Amino acid sequence: MAHDDTSGTDVAAFSSGADGVSTSAGRAVEPSAGASSASGGLAVITTDGLADPGIPPHRKRVTDLDPKKAKTAQRTVYTLFYLSIAGSIFAVAAYMAFPINADDPGSVRLNTVFLGLGITLALMGIGIGAVHWAKSLMHDEEGVDIRHPVRSSDDTRARAVEIFHEGNVESGIGRRSLIRNSLIGALVAFPLPAVILFRGLGPQNENPAELLSHTMWKAGARLTLDPSGLPIKAADVTIGSAFHIIPEGLNDTHDRLEQKAKAAVLLMRVNPSDLNVSAGRENWNYDGIVAYSKICTHVGCPVALFEQQTHHLLCPCHQSTFDVDNECAVIFGPAKRALPQLPITVDGEGYLIAQSDFLEPVGPSFWERS
Amino acid sequence: MTIEKTKADGLVDGTTDHPVGAPPRISNAPSARFTSAAANYIDERTSISAVVKEFGRKIFPDHWSFMLGEVALYSFVVIILTGTFLTFFFQASMAPVVYDGSFVPLKGVEMSSAMSSTLNISFEIRGGLLVRQIHHWAALLFIASIGLHMLRIYFTGAFRKPRELNWVIGFVLFILALAEGFTGYSLPDDLLSGNGLRIIDGMVKGVPFAGSWLSFLIFGGEFPGEEIVGRLYTLHILLLPAIIVALIALHLVFVVVHKHTQYAGPGKTNDNVIGYPVLPVYAAKAGGFFFIVFGIIALIASFFTINPIWNYGPYDPSPVSAGTQPDWYIGFADGALRLIPPHLESVIWGHTYSWNILIPITVLGLFILTVLIYPFIEGWVTGDKREHHILDRPRNAPTRTAIGAAGVTFYAALWSAASSDILATHFQLSIESVIHAIQAAVIIGPVIAYFVAKRVCLALQKKDREMALHGFESGRIVRLPGGEYIEVHQDVDEYERWKLVSFHEYKPLMIRPNAKGKITAPQRLRAGMSKWFFEDRIAPVTRTDLERQKSHH
Ligand code: HEM
Ligand code: FES
Repeated sequence: MAHDDTSGTDVAAFSSGADGVSTSAGRAVEPSAGASSASGGLAVITTDGLADPGIPPHRKRVTDLDPKKAKTAQRTVYTLFYLSIAGSIFAVAAYMAFPINADDPGSVRLNTVFLGLGITLALMGIGIGAVHWAKSLMHDEEGVDIRHPVRSSDDTRARAVEIFHEGNVESGIGRRSLIRNSLIGALVAFPLPAVILFRGLGPQNENPAELLSHTMWKAGARLTLDPSGLPIKAADVTIGSAFHIIPEGLNDTHDRLEQKAKAAVLLMRVNPSDLNVSAGRENWNYDGIVAYSKICTHVGCPVALFEQQTHHLLCPCHQSTFDVDNECAVIFGPAKRALPQLPITVDGEGYLIAQSDFLEPVGPSFWERS
Repeated sequence: MTIEKTKADGLVDGTTDHPVGAPPRISNAPSARFTSAAANYIDERTSISAVVKEFGRKIFPDHWSFMLGEVALYSFVVIILTGTFLTFFFQASMAPVVYDGSFVPLKGVEMSSAMSSTLNISFEIRGGLLVRQIHHWAALLFIASIGLHMLRIYFTGAFRKPRELNWVIGFVLFILALAEGFTGYSLPDDLLSGNGLRIIDGMVKGVPFAGSWLSFLIFGGEFPGEEIVGRLYTLHILLLPAIIVALIALHLVFVVVHKHTQYAGPGKTNDNVIGYPVLPVYAAKAGGFFFIVFGIIALIASFFTINPIWNYGPYDPSPVSAGTQPDWYIGFADGALRLIPPHLESVIWGHTYSWNILIPITVLGLFILTVLIYPFIEGWVTGDKREHHILDRPRNAPTRTAIGAAGVTFYAALWSAASSDILATHFQLSIESVIHAIQAAVIIGPVIAYFVAKRVCLALQKKDREMALHGFESGRIVRLPGGEYIEVHQDVDEYERWKLVSFHEYKPLMIRPNAKGKITAPQRLRAGMSKWFFEDRIAPVTRTDLERQKSHH
């Protein structure tokens, strides 16, 4: 079908060159028509290429040749469509036959699987049936369409230019510069209120840098276990152990998660002789018990993994590694700053308490911190 | 054009020259009479026949690789259908509630309404878990198929004129799909999704000048706040889908305007399209394929749990388990964060510069930008202003293919870094050595991939040339009268040969002074780049080559 009249040479006959630059689409791909093409740039235009042999002769399918095979194909197709109906009915039945039973966790699974299988069958029956129909029984000779250059014809383009010109003349937008410029100004200004409205996304009268610099910890606040909130005695912290800690009273605050996202602490005890304590921090630990912010100084994941042997803390997000023996300095990974240390001591009853808030902002870096 | 076409001009199966308003002549069976009356009714009010005439017999070429874009489209439809169902049950609120559903281990735990309603979708509503899982699997397939579709477009040169703008639209769709995936992943407010948001918060805070304020505005105060899920919900179900639908529509309009490309082959020219007409074959195949894609997703969702949030529990800033992983499509960005060497942060005049965040963001941004504008770069280097509707076989554009291989390797290396901890524990290596190895791979890998891919392409081109000239080895050995043995070569037929020889050759730009007698810097750059692109090349077989070869024998 449409074999000869669309092979390349024939098609190359139409052309739409303009302004001396010839622009018809991609003609140069046909070596024979290279002359009338848009710039091929660095492409080598051969005059000596092999000729396109044209569309190969059509080969008939078995279903075209053998009516029995066609019959079988037809049977397959309608069977698939009937199977699809069966699938839909099965899905509806499964919905009723496999309810979710609150006492039986397995019932969710049965509901999901059987409903899903019914739906799958309903969908696949239609899908495979339709594709099989198209492939085995529908007319399978290929057709040919002609491409036209995407570029509009010269007449159309000229008319478009003319229309813009007329629009310009009739409105005077090019001539009346005062009107034009004031309009441009107005259009630039009018979205500004919309931008400012988005200020309302965050609370008023609060300064983020200020908030980020403080946590719930204060002098005398007891260290309590996360999540129970029970206080912990120094005597309960054995060497090599680690505890997840929150400040006393955190569970009763109305902004529990926001506070926790800053105040979470990891408490560990190591042999006091292992600790390299810098000047000014001598009394921040209590007999080898140290407390460090649990919020990673990279981008804020909880640094939750304590390696007992090496005294390393590992952040599970990007593997920043902090050395507890060296005041949680970074020894690997993308973080830069050491985890801030919480100065601690014990109160009269032997419970661990904070001496103060952290002395620097915890968590990820931000512009205003220094 | 063909008999087929004229036939389709009629409304049903008749002629077009019937009097205006009268239905075309057709058989008198009642059902046929009803169809024709209905068609007439609609056409008199809509001119729909003109649309049928225009599109009903449009030709679409057929190739398996053209189905990748279809998979993306169909999985998006599945996403919309299932997502809409989920909206009827999901509560996008972070107000704390005490969970009281049937999943026993979490009974009595405080969590957000978002998390609790997602648990209810999974454990109280029949079919709810199924729909949730179809939604999530469809989202994964959506993104995967967009990625593969994009690779197909790249490696076959389908982005060349006139399709450069459609490449840009498609790539924006890819980015939007990532955003859609990330916002969806964050909605249930479980431990993993909250951790993902925590990382976003940390990155935003690292932005110079405005970081802490931006984070404050995004989260409606301090992280995590009670706003973010509701805000992401608006993006996830309204804004992003609306933009995606609009861009998909535009993308497809362009596919129709340009007509689909086709692979080189006998009879296929730059000025025709050979394939099947929309009605009936293409419609049946494509329509059927939608059901197959949907069916496969449904099958996977029936058996394979995805995102079991009940195992993770509600978001809490303190606990986290080892081996936390984002959804795979975010991996490349997470990997980039992991690979940056330690200690890259500085305080200058009282302000903090988080290079450990800014550098990965910048590198990824440049990578994305390069991919976005690649068609324009190549167009500038080749200076080729013609339309291209015949696809390149990747081997026939060795430098482009090599650049693509380098890009894929770079992406893959970043992506593998997102699993550095899993690789380390699985292969019992130290995390340091895994990271160092991947750091090296990010830099050296693309270079190696580039050279290997280029050599492979050139070797394949040489083989094609051999084959076109000498045919293939038939495996038949004959003994010549002189006693020597040779293997008989069998010529390829002319159709096969055409596939091997119909491609373009480009040669590097010669630098020439311009009208003022000067050689400009851009021209020098372009000459350098074109030399890089086209210095090594293999010419297609010409008629002369073939004749010379024949007379030789
Ligand atoms: C366009 C691409 C989209 C992608 C890639 C996508 C992806 C996702 C993902 C990964 C989730 C997480 C759900 C889970 O945990 O299983 C999700 C949740 C959700 N999506 Fe989408 N989604 C898309 C479009 C939509 C649309 C158009 C709607 C609605 C009109 C929608 C509605 C929802 C709802 C309500 C949820 C949360 C409910 C739940 O987790 O149970 N999504 N989405
Ligand atoms: S958040 Fe800890 S390493 Fe990135």
